[in-house]
Parts: sequence; structure tokens; C-alpha cells
Amino acid sequence: MGNITLKQVTKSFGAVDVIRPIDLEIEDGEFVVFVGPSGCGKSTLLRLIAGLEDVTSGSIEINGRDATAIPPAKRGLAMVFQSYALYPHMSVRKNIAFPLKMAGLDPAERDRKVEEAAKTLNLTDYLDRRPGQLSGGQRQRVAIGRSIVREPDAFLFDEPLSNLDAALRGNMRLEISELHQTLKTTMVYVTHDQVEAMTMADKIVVLQAGRIEQVGSPMELYRNPANRFVAGFIGSPTMNFIDGAEAGKYDAASIGVRPEHMTVSRDGGDWKGKVGVAEHLGSDTFLHVHLENIGQVTARAEGEIDLHYGEEVFLTPDAAKIHRFTAEGSVLG
Amino acid sequence: MARAVTTRRKAVVTACAWAIGLTIFFPILWTVLTSFKTEAQAIADPPTLLFFQWTTENYSEVLERSNYFRHFANSVIISVGSTILGLIIAIPAAWSMAFVPAKRTKDVLMWMLSTKMLPPVGVLIPIYLIFRDTGLLDSRIGLVVVMTLINLPIIVWMLFTYFKEIPGEILEAARMDGATLWSEILYVLTPMAVPGIASTMLLNIILAWNEAFWTLNLTTTNAAPLTAFIASYSSPEGLFYAKLSAASAMAIAPILIMGWFSQKQLVRGLTFGAVK
Repeated sequence: MGNITLKQVTKSFGAVDVIRPIDLEIEDGEFVVFVGPSGCGKSTLLRLIAGLEDVTSGSIEINGRDATAIPPAKRGLAMVFQSYALYPHMSVRKNIAFPLKMAGLDPAERDRKVEEAAKTLNLTDYLDRRPGQLSGGQRQRVAIGRSIVREPDAFLFDEPLSNLDAALRGNMRLEISELHQTLKTTMVYVTHDQVEAMTMADKIVVLQAGRIEQVGSPMELYRNPANRFVAGFIGSPTMNFIDGAEAGKYDAASIGVRPEHMTVSRDGGDWKGKVGVAEHLGSDTFLHVHLENIGQVTARAEGEIDLHYGEEVFLTPDAAKIHRFTAEGSVLG
Repeated sequence: MARAVTTRRKAVVTACAWAIGLTIFFPILWTVLTSFKTEAQAIADPPTLLFFQWTTENYSEVLERSNYFRHFANSVIISVGSTILGLIIAIPAAWSMAFVPAKRTKDVLMWMLSTKMLPPVGVLIPIYLIFRDTGLLDSRIGLVVVMTLINLPIIVWMLFTYFKEIPGEILEAARMDGATLWSEILYVLTPMAVPGIASTMLLNIILAWNEAFWTLNLTTTNAAPLTAFIASYSSPEGLFYAKLSAASAMAIAPILIMGWFSQKQLVRGLTFGAVK
């Protein structure tokens, strides 16, 4: 079981409101990602769930039980930190066994569970090393190992991949997703990287300035963002926003078009412009186009396209996939 | 580095370093040498440095006249006892100041340090009277308490700076792993802070060992440590330089030996965190 319910949770540090009243339901077995720009309160929200910070008001229920005043150790949650937070003076074996020791398991049982976790995470050969002798990816695995041995009701991840290099990050992303498939335990994952959010989540919670902007599945947020902030945050490269007269044609203060929802042509189309930088990624080409009277936009074209700096180009947006916003940024139906 | 280090320059610097080192060390050397002279040679004018009749009679006389081992035991009990007691109090105090600081934590630290700015003689009378009325005069327990209190600000400050270096996330991880406050301090914080705790301990033992003001004023015979043992040789009967020197040499030898063997730890601890 791993239901987590937040009811009107707030957190203030002195006069600063970090979390405004938040209501959120996390179902058992779900992979929920908190995403948002730095300073939006996503880590604080995770720490409130963990119990490492006390809520200013509101309540947190875990498995239907009010956990607001329960200390972190008794909430049945495990956490993986950004810095891994391994115990530097203990071997990998002792690191992984530590929660079991705290829980009072006998040494034989501890050993069995540690071996089992090490096997799952490919750490068997490193059990007698110290964290200082491991690479970043191995340390991250130890941190995960330490959290899975307890068989918690839910895992909390606080930007666990941000200290890893790009290639390793991709691998670990897969490993964590696979772990979720195997364990089927609730996971709450904090990141500022929308790619991680899109690829891993069952449910994404987009936060800004201590507020939830939108909650939904990755594709729901991609297709139907509730406002301009979510529209701009989800999707890579980011959505193009166009204000002024062009937006007025669609009865909106501004419109948003994703780079992949435009067709690129040399011969003719709705919007005329000149190619700026063309980023050839092989599979795709991202064209930065200076449109006449509109400004700069990014468009996705096929990988083999042969367009170069300064050439004339026409873009045509897919009318059905244009997002319309009010001046305040909320979406127009 | 492109600075030319000539042989001559090196020689001059080396000579200066030796000169300064020997000047600092000279009083100790002189004390040790004097302890092997006769009383007449000790006050001879001009003094002799090395060419005198070496004798160990001062040592045997001092050992005969005073109970050296009793004083030695007192010194050990007072310095080690006060250090252990101080650490028991200071570790949780430094923990809370480093990891759960309140608004006035910095002020509390400053206030603790400020108690060291008061001249001890300013509180001698009240403390003496308290000791007299509670029967703590000339007791080891009394001295352990006084030494603990005197050095506590330094212990807390040193531990505080060491603990500050330990990332808070590791302690939070321990809390998430189910550690109670005490297991967190016992299994995670203390082992990680061992170098810092060890050098704090060593420094505190040295400070307590050498402390003379309170030990001289609050003891007579039963609890008198080695400082009182030395002082007893500058007595109304007259000054006996050779015997005084022998007593001094015997009093400082144990702590010098301890300092020598732990100097690596001491230096490492005192410069801990200076360079990341």
C-alpha cells in the first residue's frame, strides 16, 4: 500500500510562503513526478511528505492514516537524495544494511536482504568497498539499494540523476523505470528536467511558485496544457508563443504552436521568414526561423532537410493543434 | 613556481628557522638540563650548559619527598575525566547548533566564548566558597567539574566547526532510514566526525593537564595534580632550582610524549576543513 494524500498543505519559512495550499492525491503504485523550475517548491513538497520538514498547516495522510505529526522514520517511506547521502565511513554492505539494522533485523536476515538487493542492482562485486571508491552511477545504485531493502510503502526521489553525466542519466532513468515496473511500489520523483518527467511518470504534477499548475498524465499535459506556463514547460524544444496581430486572428491574446506542429516548405505557406541557426541532430533538424512581423520561432523538420543560414522558408502551423491563451496566460477553450 | 631558490637563501632560511625553534625550545631544554645538576651548579654564575657533573639525585630526592604517582594519577583523572564529561555534554550541544540552528544560535556560541574572556581570578572567590560549602575543595570530582566547565566553550566551538563540515543530507538519510536521534549521533555523526573529536579530545587533555590556576587554588593534597606537585617545590623553605626542574620535567614528560605520538592527529584536526 502506498496512498499519499495532501490536504491543504502549506509551508512557510518565516514570511516566505514556499508552498501555497496544495491538495494532491497519489494512488498506490503510481509513479508521480513533481516538476517545475528551480525554487518552485517541488523539493520542499517532497520533504514535507518525507517528514524532514514540518507542514505549516494542512495534513498529510499516508495509507489513510494521518501522518502529519509522525517522524520521518515511522512513515514507511524511503528517500534517495540528490547527493546520494551515503555513509562515507561504512562499506556498501553496511550502507545498504543500515535501515535494516535500525529496524532491528537479525544479522543473518540483514545479510540475505542485502545480497538480494545487491544482485538486483548489480552491486555484488562492490559490497566491501567504501562509497568513496565508487563511480557516480554506482553510488546512486547504492542509495537506491539502501531504500529498497526496507520494502517501503513509497519511494521518494529528490533529483536523483542531476549529478550524473548525460549518458549515465539515460541509463539510470531506464533502471528506475524498470525498478518501478518490478516493484510496483509508489514512487514520487522530483526533477527540474521535463524529459525525465515525460519519460518516467504515470502522473506529472507541474509546480510554480508553490502552487500546482496542473496535474495529469504526460500526454494529457502535452496535448491539453491548462495554461501558458505548463504549455511552455512541457515539450522539447519548448512551444513557440506568438502575441499581437497574428494571435488576434485566432481571437486570443497569444497563441502557442509546438515546433513539431508546423510544416516547413521552401515554396509557400502561412508564415514567411528566414532560416537562422539550423541544428542538425540526425533524426531531426531544429530550425530557428525569423518570421516577418512575428519574431523568432523554432520548427522541427526532418533530419535530412537541406536548409541553411539566411535561406527563405515558409512555415504553416497545424490549425487543429494551435493553443490559444488569454492575456493572463490561461487557456481558451 | 618560478622563484629561484638559491642554496645560500635556503641556508639562511634554515638557520633562521632553527634559531627560532631553539629559542622556543630552550626553556624546556634548560629545565631538563638543570634537573641533572646539583643545586650549587644550578645557580652557578656563569651558568654551565653541558659540562657539569651529571646527577640523578634530584629525581630520586623528588620521588622520595613527594608522591609523584599520586599526583600523576590525579592529573590523568582530572584531564581525561573532564574531557570525557565535556564531550558527553558538547557533542549533543554542537549537534543541535550545527544541524538545527535557531535564531540565536550564533549569539549563544558567542556568549559561550565570551566566558573565556573573563579573568578566572574574577570568579575565584565565589567558586571557592561554593566548593567549600559543598565539600568539593580538594576533591577530584570538584576539579573534573571545574575543568569541564572551563574548557566546555572550546570543546563546543571546535566540535561545532567540525560538524558544520558534515553534509546535513547524510543525517536526514539516517533519519529516513529509521535512525532515532541517538542512533543518528552514535552511528552516523560521531564516526564521521572522529578526526575532529579526536583532536578536540587531545587538545582538551593538554589544556586540562597544564591548567594551574584552579588546580592550585582548589586543591591541597588529596586531589593535587602535577601542577601542584611542581608548585610545591617553590616553597617557603626556599627555591631549589634543580629539584624544581626535576619535578617540572617529570610533570611535563607524559603530556609531551602523548603530544609527540598524536601530533599527526592534532595537526590534521586543527587544520581540518581549512582546505577543501
